[in-house]
Amino acid sequence: MFSKEAIKTSAGRSPRQLAWRRFKSNRVAIPSLVAVSIIIGAVVFAPQVCALLGISPDIRDESAIDSRGQVIGDWGGISPEHPFGVVPGIGYDVLARLLYGARISFLIALMATLASVGMGMLLGMIAGYFRGRVDGVIGRFTDFLLAFPSFFMILALSAPMVQRIEMSGIARDNDARILYLILILAIFGWPYLSRIIRSQVLSLRERDFVLSARALGASNSRIIFKEILPNVWTPVIVYMSLTLPGYLTAEAVFSYLGIGVQPPTPTWGLMIADSTKFIINEPTYFFIPSLSLILVVLVFNLLGDALRDALDPKSEN
Amino acid sequence: MSGLLAYVSRRLAVTFLILLAVSFAVYLIFAFLPFDPASLTCGKNCNDPGIIEANRIRLGYDKPFYEQYWVFLVGLFAGRNYGEGAAAIHCAAPSFGYSFQQHACVTDLIGEALPVTLALAIGALVLWLILGIGLGVLSARFRGRVLDTVSTIFVLIGTSLPTFLTGLMLIIFVVIKWHLLPFPAGGYLSPFEDFPGWLNTMILPWITLAFAYAALYTRFVRSQVIETSTEDYIRTARAKGLSEGVILGKHTLRAALAPIATMAGLDFAGLMGGAILTEAVFNLPGLGRLSLGAVLDYDLPIIVATTLLAATIVVMMNLVLDLVYAFIDPRVRV
Repeated sequence: MFSKEAIKTSAGRSPRQLAWRRFKSNRVAIPSLVAVSIIIGAVVFAPQVCALLGISPDIRDESAIDSRGQVIGDWGGISPEHPFGVVPGIGYDVLARLLYGARISFLIALMATLASVGMGMLLGMIAGYFRGRVDGVIGRFTDFLLAFPSFFMILALSAPMVQRIEMSGIARDNDARILYLILILAIFGWPYLSRIIRSQVLSLRERDFVLSARALGASNSRIIFKEILPNVWTPVIVYMSLTLPGYLTAEAVFSYLGIGVQPPTPTWGLMIADSTKFIINEPTYFFIPSLSLILVVLVFNLLGDALRDALDPKSEN
Repeated sequence: MSGLLAYVSRRLAVTFLILLAVSFAVYLIFAFLPFDPASLTCGKNCNDPGIIEANRIRLGYDKPFYEQYWVFLVGLFAGRNYGEGAAAIHCAAPSFGYSFQQHACVTDLIGEALPVTLALAIGALVLWLILGIGLGVLSARFRGRVLDTVSTIFVLIGTSLPTFLTGLMLIIFVVIKWHLLPFPAGGYLSPFEDFPGWLNTMILPWITLAFAYAALYTRFVRSQVIETSTEDYIRTARAKGLSEGVILGKHTLRAALAPIATMAGLDFAGLMGGAILTEAVFNLPGLGRLSLGAVLDYDLPIIVATTLLAATIVVMMNLVLDLVYAFIDPRVRV
C-alpha cells in the first residue's frame, strides 16, 4: 500500500526530530529564533560591533551637542556617525551604550534564569522523588516564598545586602549590585519551576522504566540523574525561554527605580530612567531603549511560545 | 455544615500561622541587617549620639530581637506608647510602629495611602475585566478572523510591555504630544471633593495598570471559552435551538467565571500591596510609593508594615477565595 519511500520517511523519527518539525512549521518560530540569535550575537560581540561602526559607549562627541548640551539635529541626533543618536547633555553614542548596557542586563537575566532553574529543578526533583516529609517541608517553604511580597523584599533588601556582599569581599560596587539582583531574583523565582518539576517527577517515578531501573538495583542518584532528569527538560526549556524576558524587564524596572546598577555604567533601565529627564525635548532618546526592551521581550516571548508548542503539543494556549 | 465549619477553622488557623511566619521572617531579616535602626531614625546625616541613644530606648531597639518582635505583635492589638511623660507619643491600635523620619504613626500613614491605592486598583480592575473578558469572548467567537488576529497582537504587546513604559508612553503621547489631558500634577484628589479632577488624575494610571492585565485576561478568557465550547452540554444547548448569545452568556461564560474570579481576586490582592511602578510614574501617593520612599530612606517601621500588609492581603484573599469555593463546591472541603 505504502511506497517504500513513504515508509522510510515516516519511520524512525525521534521526539527531537518531531519537535523540530513542529517548530519549523510554526510561522513565527524561525523568524523569532533568527531575531533572538542576532540580538544575542550583537550583545556578545558588542565591542567588535562598536569597533566596526566606529562608536564607543564612553567617548563624548562634543560636535554632536551644542554648548548648552542640546543635541544638534532632529531625531535625537541620528546620523551616520551615530546610528541611534547621542545622549543629550553629554554626547555619548546611544547605540554603543545600548549594546554595552544590554551585556549587563542580559548577564543578570541569564544568570538569574540559570540559578532559579537550577534550584527549581533540584528541589522539585527531590520533592517529587522522595515525597513524604521531604516533599512536605519543601512544599511549605515554596508556599511561604510565594506568599512573600517579593517585589518589596527585593527593594528593601537591596542596600543592606549589597553592603553585606561588599563587606564579605566577594564583589564591589556594581558587581555587588549585579550579584545581589541575580541571587534575589533566583531566590524568589525557583518555586514556580519547582512546582512544575515536582508534579512531573511524581508521575515519572511510577513509570515502568524507573521501576525497572530500581529493580536492577540502581541507586537513587542514578535514577534521578540518568532516568528522570532527561525527561524533565521540556518544561525546563519552555520555562527558561519565558523567564529570561521577565528577568530582563525586572532588571530594567529595578534600575529605573534606582536600586540596580548605578551610573555611569549603562543598562537599559538606567538609560530609560535617564531619558525621562529629556522626554519633552528629546523623545527619541527615550524611545530607543524603551522600544529595544519591548522588542527583545517580544521576540523572546514569541520564541518561548513557539518552543512550548513544538515541545509540548498537548498544551493549548 | 459541620464539615464546612471544620474546614473554615482549619484554614483560618493555617492562615494565621502563615502570617505569623511572614511577619517573623520580615522582622528577622531586618534585625540582622548591617544597619543601626536607631541611628536611622534621625535622618541620613545625623550624628548626635544623644538623640540616637534616646531614640533607641524610646523605640525599644535596645531590647533583644525577640522582645522587640513580641512588643510589635502586642502593639498590633493594643497600641503602643513611645517614651514616657509629656514627650510620649501614642500610636493607637492597630499600631504598626512609629516613623521617626516622617514623624507619624505608621498606621496613620497607611491610612492616608490606602484610599489612593484602593481607587487605583478598583478602577483598573473594572477596566481590565471589561476589556479582557470582552476581547477574550469576541476573539474566541470569531476565532481565526481579523478580530482574533488583532486581539492576539494586543495580547503580545500587553504581555511584553513593562508597566512603567506603558505609563511613560501614555504621558508622552496623551499629555505632551496630543494635549488630550492636562499634565498630571502629582498628588491625589478626593473624588468626593473634586470628581472631574479625580477622574483626570486617575484615568491614565488606570489605563496603564489595566493594559497588562487586560492582555493576560484576554488570552485566558479566549482559551477558556474555546475549551468550554467543545463540552457536551454546549452541544446540547445548541441542539435545543438556543441562540448563540444565550449559549455564550448562560452556559459558556458561566463555566469560565470561577477561574476568572480567582485570578481577579488574587491580582487585585497583589495590587493592594501597592502598584509601585504605576504610582511611581504618575506620582500617586499610594502604598507603593510609601514603601518605595521608605526603602530608599531606610524607614524600617514603614517597610515592615507595608510588607506585612501586602502579605496579609494576599493571604486573606486566598482564604476568602477558598472559602467561597468550599461553600459552592463541597468536594473542596476534604
